[in-house]
Amino acid sequence: MTLEFALISLLNGLSYGLLLFMLSSGLTLIFSMMGVLNFAHASFYMLGAYIAYAISTVVGFWPALVLAPLLVGLLGAGVERFGLRKVHKWGHVPELLFTFGLTFIIVELVQMIWGKAAVPYRIPAELEGPMFTLFTTTFPAYRGFMMGVAVAMLVAIWLLLTRTRIGLVIQAALTHPEAVESLGHNVPRVFMLVFGGGSALAGLAGVIGGNAFVTEPAMAAFVGSIIFVVVVVGGMGSLAGAFVASLLIGILQTFAVAVDASLGGLLDGFGVAPAADSALNTILVLKVSQVAPVLPYLLLVLILIFRPKGLMGTREG
Amino acid sequence: MTAAQTGAPALQLTDVRKSFGKTEIIRGVNLSIPAGERHAIIGPNGAGKSTLFNLVSGRFPVSTGSIKLDGRETTRLKPFEINRMGLSRSFQVTNIFHRLSVFENIRAATLYSLGYRYSFWHRLASLRDAAERAEEVLQMIGLRSRRDTMAGLLTYAEQRALEIGVTIAGGADVILLDEPTAGMSRSESDAAVELIRRVTKGKTLVMVEHDMSVVFGLADRISVLVYGEVIASDVPSAIRGNAKVQEAYLGTTLENAETAHG
Amino acid sequence: MNRAKHTLIPTRVQAMAPGMTGGTGALQGGRTIRFQPVNVGRYFVWGLAAVLFAVAPLIFTSGFAVTLLSQMGIFIIFCLSYNVIFGQGGMLSFGHAVYSGLGAFFAIHALNWIGAGTLSLPVALIPLVGGLAGAFFGVLFGYVTTKKSGTPFAMITLGIGELVFACSLMFPGFFGGEGGITTNRVVGEPFLGITFGPQIQVYYLVALWCFASMIAMFAFSHTPLGRISNAVRDNPERVEFIGYNTQRVRYLVLIVSAFFAGVSGGLTAINFEIVSAENVSAVRSGGVLLATFIGGAGFFFGPILGAVVFAFAAIALSEFTKAWQLYLGVFFVLMVMYAPGGLASIILMNLRVAKYGKFRRLLDPYWGLLLTGAAALLGIVAVVELTYFRTLEGFSGSKTTLFGLPVDSASPEVWLTVIVLLVAAAAGFEAMRRRFKREWDVVQEEIEEQVAREVKL
Repeated sequence: MTLEFALISLLNGLSYGLLLFMLSSGLTLIFSMMGVLNFAHASFYMLGAYIAYAISTVVGFWPALVLAPLLVGLLGAGVERFGLRKVHKWGHVPELLFTFGLTFIIVELVQMIWGKAAVPYRIPAELEGPMFTLFTTTFPAYRGFMMGVAVAMLVAIWLLLTRTRIGLVIQAALTHPEAVESLGHNVPRVFMLVFGGGSALAGLAGVIGGNAFVTEPAMAAFVGSIIFVVVVVGGMGSLAGAFVASLLIGILQTFAVAVDASLGGLLDGFGVAPAADSALNTILVLKVSQVAPVLPYLLLVLILIFRPKGLMGTREG
Repeated sequence: MTAAQTGAPALQLTDVRKSFGKTEIIRGVNLSIPAGERHAIIGPNGAGKSTLFNLVSGRFPVSTGSIKLDGRETTRLKPFEINRMGLSRSFQVTNIFHRLSVFENIRAATLYSLGYRYSFWHRLASLRDAAERAEEVLQMIGLRSRRDTMAGLLTYAEQRALEIGVTIAGGADVILLDEPTAGMSRSESDAAVELIRRVTKGKTLVMVEHDMSVVFGLADRISVLVYGEVIASDVPSAIRGNAKVQEAYLGTTLENAETAHG
Repeated sequence: MNRAKHTLIPTRVQAMAPGMTGGTGALQGGRTIRFQPVNVGRYFVWGLAAVLFAVAPLIFTSGFAVTLLSQMGIFIIFCLSYNVIFGQGGMLSFGHAVYSGLGAFFAIHALNWIGAGTLSLPVALIPLVGGLAGAFFGVLFGYVTTKKSGTPFAMITLGIGELVFACSLMFPGFFGGEGGITTNRVVGEPFLGITFGPQIQVYYLVALWCFASMIAMFAFSHTPLGRISNAVRDNPERVEFIGYNTQRVRYLVLIVSAFFAGVSGGLTAINFEIVSAENVSAVRSGGVLLATFIGGAGFFFGPILGAVVFAFAAIALSEFTKAWQLYLGVFFVLMVMYAPGGLASIILMNLRVAKYGKFRRLLDPYWGLLLTGAAALLGIVAVVELTYFRTLEGFSGSKTTLFGLPVDSASPEVWLTVIVLLVAAAAGFEAMRRRFKREWDVVQEEIEEQVAREVKL
């Protein structure tokens, strides 16, 4: 493992982690506020990518960057107003089931309109190429752009929540919705805003993530389960925890995927060498990159055994 | 061994304190309730009565202090462990199994104490002792005519009665009732008092209540909880005349109130 | 007045606990005389089910039908096992396929060992291998998952499901990699001439296991553990205060559920003779959830109904349209929004109306709903099918058939007609729906009044 490799991987991992945080922060906000875990959050991510693709083929990437999240946000608000609100009275499980069914439908609709194969949603020409070069490895400019957008968006959210009036209302409604309602605020409208806003955030993540990674119907399911892990590992309802967990998992996965050494080789490096024909061999023979997909879930299980509240959890959920 | 056999108080709280974050809700409560006594805990809203119940029943952990049931330490135990040692409680907000029938609610509450535990090899319908005990409790709480009704469909007063039934069905010796007559009319309260008297015969009863006629009608002794501290603990007649208690409730003593009104 | 509970139609229907009490007690002056009349209704229903299982392939004799029936039977066990934790235990899991899938893998390896001569076990007992494997993983994973409840539990099951799925691609020795593990079910000693080669023999094996599992799971819901798990579903906190460790209850119930899921996995291995990573996938977990919910999680027979409907949609409907998953998804969401008790609750509510003799009043509104609904459905199906065609096959030309009629999917007239039809039908449906709701609400009120009067007697 060379230094340049480590640094570049770190930066890549950071950008992926920030993307994960864009997604998991919206999920955490919606969960903290409304008590509903939005299964469809990752499919709004997917919609953002697809809609951006559709728009960018007509008018280019930059309008898509603005329009696509707006459209997704509107859709999210509509879903809350006409769907989720009806289900709210049945309780949390039906709400979860509703969002689960919604994911199903959105994925099928996307396949119906755009087909089952990946669509060629490309990075715009202006952002292609390296941002800088470290020795022999390049750091893509687009990754830097992603990080920039993510950070800007998160700073904007933070300012919104702490400096504006609506932000204070949201913060209050996060823990005491009834009290806020009795003060005269239209809490259902706030819910709709938060849901729509969270969806727009997911859509924006899709706009910038869809062309960096791949835009295909399976992307919702793939990233969906990872952000659930992020939210549980970070601690349900904790934004700070989601931040830490997003970066942790983003960096972990990026590093793991890039490491070609086998697990046995890693152990060798630590000076441990089990017998060649031991039962552990089936595991040790695996390369770290092959094991990479499992790592987030392994982390989930470990956290649940040793620290069930999550890294920074306060609410039990 | 019950309290009656060991001679230890049925319930003993020693310097119990509870803080939520920086706010101290219970500030050093000492209480000793002998076996068979009917004890009421009263106090203004926010005094910490429900919190105290939650500490005793194990729903929340204490910050410091000790709680003993029949002389045995229960301070750090989980609710089900405390329940198995002979303490059972009801809830202020009705807490029944709303999709089970009335009969099923009570029968479920008998199962552990009858030793059936986690059995999946017994047919429920053939458990005669559970069925008989459940019928007995049903008869006591007067809900026999509603036996097969789904609990969620009962009237409020019926649900409160069921709540009490579920609490006593397991045969616990120490019963905690959290505002059993909350939200009831006069006649409903009177019926509830009769019910409580019937079902707690020979047991230790600790009750949180706001309705003074209920309290004075049932209690052998009363403790007054104000801002997390017990300011008085005595027989009803002494409490009635206690100046501190009057002040806590009325803001002033009875004498002053009477003279003010003339 | 005591009411004997022989009837199958309860007077209170609002997602009830499965299996209500089956006896009455008459009291005379303090003494309790108990008598338990034989519940004729219950034996009749089980007998009828047994008969249905036995004669179904004799009525529907085509190869396709027998295959469909076999898969339905397997899926019924799977859905019932899911409802043990979901409808009866109140635990929403997104990873139940882990237990059925791992059971299937163990079963298929066992089959291969029988074939190789290293294991001597009748093929008919292979589902038991699956069940035991399922239970083992229930013990293993359940320990971690039941530490939490509610929404966190749901997410943990999702994570574990993904973990197992990801692992299944990492260990090709056991899981067979992309292609999975195949087997031949015609191995070992034939039992009374039964080799399980022909599908009909597999069907009867499935039917036997299905019937036995149904009885077992029904009986389980009437045991102390089963009933306490209902209590945990209704009020987990209260259960602690009647002496039970809620977490332990959930853990044990999960193990029971995992056992039966494993049984269905074992039968899957026999039926398909191939098991792959797909058997532990999130898609499978989602499918059993959908099916159970659609059928109705609050009643014992609900998942059975849901399994039949879902299997039918997945196997038969998928022959006709590529959009079957979309239709199923929409149906599911509508159920969540308007009928969370599932098909079972709809049936029982209507039966209750019939019992009180008021069904005739609803006939007209129902017809209205049915006709406009069917028209709207036609319109929706037309739009979906045409869109699918354009997306997936549009490159080969625009001519296709819709409901058997040739249409040109590129022609604007076709689209216009379809959309006009759809809008008109939707408007009509909304009008009919409001009329129905008015009538329904009136009927419900009248029934409530009547019930209240009966109770006072």
